[in-house]
Amino acid sequence: MSRAQGWRRAIAPATIAIACALPFLLSNFRLFQFTQVGIYAIALLGLNILTGYNGQISLGHGAFYALGAYTTAIMIDKWNVAYGWTIPVAGLLCLAVGFLFGIPALRLEGLYLALATFALALAVPQILKYFEHWTGGSQGIVLSKPDPPRGLGLSPDQWLYFVTLGVVVVLFVLGANLLRGRTGRAIVAIRDNPIAAQAMGVNGALYKSLTFGVSAAYTGVAGALSALAIAFVAPDAFNVFLSITFLVGIVIGGLASISGAIFGALFIQFVPNWAQEISKAAPWAIYGIFLIVFMYVMPRGIAGSLRLAWTRLARVGGTGRTG
Amino acid sequence: MPILTVRDLTVRFGGILALDSVSFDVDAGQIVGLIGPNGAGKTTLFNCLSRLSPPDEGDVRFDGRPILGLPAHRIAELGIGRTFQNLALFPTLTVLQNVMVGVHGRTRSDVLSNALRLPWVSREEATIHARATELLRFLDLGALADHPAAGLPFGTLKRVELARALASSPRLLLVDEPASGLNHEEVATLAKLLRTIRDSRGVTVLLVEHHMGLVMQVSDKVVVLDFGRKIAEGPPVDVQKNPDVIRAYLGTDLRVDAGAR
Repeated sequence: MSRAQGWRRAIAPATIAIACALPFLLSNFRLFQFTQVGIYAIALLGLNILTGYNGQISLGHGAFYALGAYTTAIMIDKWNVAYGWTIPVAGLLCLAVGFLFGIPALRLEGLYLALATFALALAVPQILKYFEHWTGGSQGIVLSKPDPPRGLGLSPDQWLYFVTLGVVVVLFVLGANLLRGRTGRAIVAIRDNPIAAQAMGVNGALYKSLTFGVSAAYTGVAGALSALAIAFVAPDAFNVFLSITFLVGIVIGGLASISGAIFGALFIQFVPNWAQEISKAAPWAIYGIFLIVFMYVMPRGIAGSLRLAWTRLARVGGTGRTG
Repeated sequence: MPILTVRDLTVRFGGILALDSVSFDVDAGQIVGLIGPNGAGKTTLFNCLSRLSPPDEGDVRFDGRPILGLPAHRIAELGIGRTFQNLALFPTLTVLQNVMVGVHGRTRSDVLSNALRLPWVSREEATIHARATELLRFLDLGALADHPAAGLPFGTLKRVELARALASSPRLLLVDEPASGLNHEEVATLAKLLRTIRDSRGVTVLLVEHHMGLVMQVSDKVVVLDFGRKIAEGPPVDVQKNPDVIRAYLGTDLRVDAGAR
């Protein structure tokens, strides 16, 4: 193993170590923002599995985020279910719904699929308002923040942050395993050349639906965590703009990249705030400029550019290509 | 004993008969050449055999088993591998990963077991890796294992396709124009390679090829198509003398020495 590879392997543990230190260094408000980054990272990894790796464009992942959030909110509000159980339930429900949505989506390619998912994003807030008995209509559902276990000495914000971090780590490890194995190769093969993938024995229809399901499950878990973190769900939080923001996140972060989901999450969480600080009058104009500059400077996303820089560095250092 | 039997295979594209009641057998252990002028229906026939396009009529049996009712993704696991005329690799995957996808039809791990990376999945992955690596060595591609499949020379990519097709341990290999873009020496190497694949790996080969020298040199039997119809079938020496074949290839000299110019 070369030194460059050794360094690369140290990145994930180092990131987790820094992430574990954050709650003791930051204010509650800042920490809440980083909880949100973790939640977005999960949603973006989900969308990236579908769009980046499998080539199916979704403009409607906000719908699965909403489904996850409302699953958690309704289970807690109506049935008093312990919040910990609502997270896997939200994931499984979105897995099933995503899989089923993936079946008719098989007939749609590229921009046509994008439009079909866009329709989903448009419809969801109004559907949520319609089932008022369950969802609380436009008023939404107010939850209370989960109490941290006694004896740990953590504040509710710190506890939520660690819960989110734990879910992030588990889902990123599972996702990385999935993508580097037989399934991951099949997912990419379908994107690269669907006919050749079929000829190699890949059941394209099944894998595309499964990918849709897995992707929706990730985004649903993220939605569930967001309901807990914000302690409130309302239909208008899950508008079309959220779905577009997710797409922005994976493109800026880096398509078909696992770490790209984290970079993308940092971008969609913090750049709008910076834009607001720079100009109160026209924050979205500033955001737009940020977007254009990022796309221009890093056409392969943040993760892609870092990878390129890393490869060059390794070559210059004479440590590359020994393993 | 035929490993592949094709009976009365007919394919229509609109009003055009792409294949018109074509029948022939491929015996196990043979190399069978499938030739014909451009548009004769060779690739259409390949696409029927790998179930990528549905025939209108006819029957295809592999090892006595009808395959026309099966979906395309089941063909690889039956033991039929193929390459594509105009390259159908996965450009963003590395050469090694391309070949590893070739093992897909022979392996079983699913989404859940992959995500959990269960011990048996790691063992399966090691087997896939070993098989792909062995094939890269066999086809002299070892040095390119970690190179993305995009951006390599055409001839090299053709070899990657061959490695990927062999990865599924096929008993019948459908090879679509492997010699295109190759120079004289490379064609000679290819001829040797096709024989080795047949002799030491026990793979029956059905070869679509325009390079007459190669076809006549390696084939045990040649099937000739013209405008979707089979016009001749037999040993290379006989086929070259067949007046119908000569007419179809009007002006083309089919003798081996001339073809290999």
